[in-house]
Amino acid sequence: MTPPTEPIIEARAVEKFYGPKEAPIQVVAPTDLAIYPNEIVALLGPSGSGKSTLLRILSGLSSPSSGQVLWHGSPLAGPCPNVAIVFQSFALFPWLTVLENVEAPLKARGVNSTERTKRSLRILDAVGLDGFESAYPKELSGGMKQRVGFARALVVEPEVLFMDEPFSALDVLTAENLRNETLQLWENKKIPTRAIFLVTHNIEEAVSLADRVLVLGKNPGRIRTKFRVPIPRPRDRHDLRFLEAVDYIYRVLTQPDLIPTAAPELEPAAAGSPPARQKYPMLPHARPGGITGLVELLADRNCRDDIAHLADDLAFEIDDLLPIVEAASLLGFITVKEGDAELTEEGLAFAEADILRRKVLFRAAAESVPLIRQITRSLSSKADHSLSDEFFHDILDEHFSEEETKRQLETAVNWGRYAELFDYDAKTGRFYMPEEQPQPAPGEEVSTR
Amino acid sequence: MAFPSLARTLIRDRTWSALVDLGVFAVILAAIYAILNTVHYWMGVVTPAAHISRSPSALPVYAFYSLVRMVVAYVLSLLFAVAYGYFAAYHRRVEAVMVAVLDILQSIPVLSFLPSVMLAMVSLFPGRQLGVELGSIVLIFTGQVWNMAFSFYSSLKSIPRELHEAAAIYRFSARQRFFELELPFGAIGLVWNSIVSMAGGWFFLMACEMFVLGNHDFRLPGLGSYLQVAAGAGDTRAILWGLAAMIAVIVLLDQLVWRPAIAWSEKFKFEQVESAADVSSPILHLLRNSSLIQWLRTRTAEPLWERCTTCQPDASVPPPKRSRVAAIAGYAIGALIVLAVPYGLVKAALMLKDLTRPDLVTTVEAAGATFLRVAASLAIASLWTIPAGVAIGFNPRLAKIAQPLAQIAASVPATALFPVVLLALVQLGGGLAVGSIVLMLLGTQWYILFNVIAGAMAIPTELREAAAVFRFSRAQRWRTVILPGIFPYLVTGLVTASGGAWNASIVAEYFHFQGKILTTFGLGAQISSATDSGNSNLLFLSTIVMAVLVVCVNRSVWRPLYRLAETRFRLET
Repeated sequence: MTPPTEPIIEARAVEKFYGPKEAPIQVVAPTDLAIYPNEIVALLGPSGSGKSTLLRILSGLSSPSSGQVLWHGSPLAGPCPNVAIVFQSFALFPWLTVLENVEAPLKARGVNSTERTKRSLRILDAVGLDGFESAYPKELSGGMKQRVGFARALVVEPEVLFMDEPFSALDVLTAENLRNETLQLWENKKIPTRAIFLVTHNIEEAVSLADRVLVLGKNPGRIRTKFRVPIPRPRDRHDLRFLEAVDYIYRVLTQPDLIPTAAPELEPAAAGSPPARQKYPMLPHARPGGITGLVELLADRNCRDDIAHLADDLAFEIDDLLPIVEAASLLGFITVKEGDAELTEEGLAFAEADILRRKVLFRAAAESVPLIRQITRSLSSKADHSLSDEFFHDILDEHFSEEETKRQLETAVNWGRYAELFDYDAKTGRFYMPEEQPQPAPGEEVSTR
Repeated sequence: MAFPSLARTLIRDRTWSALVDLGVFAVILAAIYAILNTVHYWMGVVTPAAHISRSPSALPVYAFYSLVRMVVAYVLSLLFAVAYGYFAAYHRRVEAVMVAVLDILQSIPVLSFLPSVMLAMVSLFPGRQLGVELGSIVLIFTGQVWNMAFSFYSSLKSIPRELHEAAAIYRFSARQRFFELELPFGAIGLVWNSIVSMAGGWFFLMACEMFVLGNHDFRLPGLGSYLQVAAGAGDTRAILWGLAAMIAVIVLLDQLVWRPAIAWSEKFKFEQVESAADVSSPILHLLRNSSLIQWLRTRTAEPLWERCTTCQPDASVPPPKRSRVAAIAGYAIGALIVLAVPYGLVKAALMLKDLTRPDLVTTVEAAGATFLRVAASLAIASLWTIPAGVAIGFNPRLAKIAQPLAQIAASVPATALFPVVLLALVQLGGGLAVGSIVLMLLGTQWYILFNVIAGAMAIPTELREAAAVFRFSRAQRWRTVILPGIFPYLVTGLVTASGGAWNASIVAEYFHFQGKILTTFGLGAQISSATDSGNSNLLFLSTIVMAVLVVCVNRSVWRPLYRLAETRFRLET
């Protein structure tokens, strides 16, 4: 499929900032993106990569801080005239019946009541909800609810159908079923929709559905690589090209600093933008328990395994696994190369140690992590070894959103507690060092004990 | 399909559906008569001090008049609350101000406005009963509108983002968004707050049906004035009749209006899965199955709904002109406020200038006295309601019996009971200094009791079992399980109770009774006596002091406790 020159929606250098005007936080770096007729585009990325933000910018729900969105070549103000969204949380109106939910968008377009009911019933039939029209959403299972979501989206015959992680709130089997049915509607041209834009954090979902995959990086959100998936549908998950595409995405995602080159067998669409400068090293949101689990698992598997394979075995989505992999590699317990995770010497020692020894090893490793080191040093430079959380909050505030700042501190507290480096008193909102532990003098090089 | 299921309900219910239809028809006829009658009465010549008969046969009419006042005030409150909440939620520039205004208005003692509102309304409709009636309606309105407005505002603010986005992407018009998203989302909060407001409304109704304003004696025919007259004459039989009528009206309202409303509003619960415990209402069931109602619905409500929610395709694009007009209007209002506020402040300062130093000193002392009374009433109420509430909450069988009883007891307005209690006090020889605490208790203890019961029921069984397994002593069990468990609920109850107690002080510390004035030293008494003697300067000062005191207590005591309840003592599910 060669895209015609005329895109339906085109974003030019769109950029998004949040936060106060004096110190805005860049959520999406300047990005070019276009949706062409007759294609399914998948936007793939870890959480915090701004993929939902991009979807909202493209659909016209939110306007970019700078840059421009064009709808058939003319600038857009407000929501796109003829698009629909399928939401992760379904976003159905619980007080309306299934039929009323599907009719609501038609009502907004002034379609009269008979025509409305006729069209709604036809679409409900198409998505397999025949006989459910007078049920309320709360009486339906998750999969059925999302079918209503699809019906409501399709009933307006949208030119572009946006899907915001539509299958991620469903169980594995239901999701697979609904994915296939969506694909069938699309392939058989049962719906007049000309393009589908899918946001997901599920790698296999992206590869199995999309004609074009865009992989996002985070902090700030940007396109790291994009490529076409030239595999004819229906796609076999054991197809070599399929596996290769999945593997390639894992490689890109697990190495945030890598400038990706397109996989040889895949047809590259274009190279992505280079990684943005790391502004402030971020703590991956993993708990010590999770990190320990991963290290132990790798030790069981001869110290090396494919990350895609690990995710598959654990039935983890990348959003669950990536932070743990990142954390373990930040602590120096593993190294990541070519989509494989390999245990280091420290990692092996950690895996084989008992609980108390593990704490010592973890402490030594954690002291080289920037945020942890910063907290430890600030605390030990104070006479009473205690500081208000606002102090650290203010430091992080300049780099992260309010929510992310909170999560960073939460993770730091988790690590600090496990390592027994410092503790946090929620009542007083203060970080402090446990009394009995000997502290290095301020400025002194932190030695591993 | 929708049709077969509809037919099925018709067949199943045919046997008694006709009876229901007859009933509905009768109700409609009666309503028409009632409206005509009310209009006739309101438009009639004013009789400020109506003669109140103590005969029980007069009670139905009195109950009806009281009810009309309540209903009109309630409908006004509902409309105002929705409009205010909507405006505040969507106009970011004035949002903070509007919420602060709500917060403060909630704390101002309504009864202080009684004289000015009454005189204004009477002069607005000279010679018509309507003026006096509107006065009492406006007072009831100011007593019940704020919490409803606040509820609708916070509902609007908590609409999930994706629902808003769905409405935006499918290009709902403002009207469709209002009727299909915003109003339904706020419905549950509005229904529950309506119930609370209605209870508050009865409280004020009783107080403002019969009062003295300088040398004017105002008496509106109604349940409140009936009770006061009966108590004034020491007529026990009439008092009992009055109370019975009062309770009957409240129970009927509960069964005929609020239960069905709650059961109906269940449908607006924002939940993904169906919950097991449903409120049922036989009345709602009857109404849903009446074919007359069905017929009326398909002829009137449904086309109207259709008109409300559907719009013409192009109507969704707002004419740009209107926004400019709105902007100009906004500036004009802003300018008006900027000019009016300093003027009002200067005027107010001038008013206060005339007050003497002893006045100020007395006011502060009086505030202290009332503060102590409020605190005492809260303490006494907590002392008995916490153990009782926990006992009820832990025992489902007891709860089943006690809860509805307590609900009825709570919905009888304290002001209706005042004359009765006073009669007892006079006979026992107690003074109003202590008696007013009892009067405050009457109204406020229920809020605490309900919340404690709810809190005790919310404590997970596992926690209680853990306490039993580890053989906690009684004190330890209270300290580590029960008190922390009910804490958030207790705080909610205490906040409501303290607000109620302040308001009650105005009527509890100063009372016209059997031709005499019973009074005690306090801020409430000062407000009432200033009202009586027409001393508007002192009235103004005392009102301000009370409002400031209430706001300060809210900020310094209740808000930190709330925060504590939300963070540390939250039982996460």
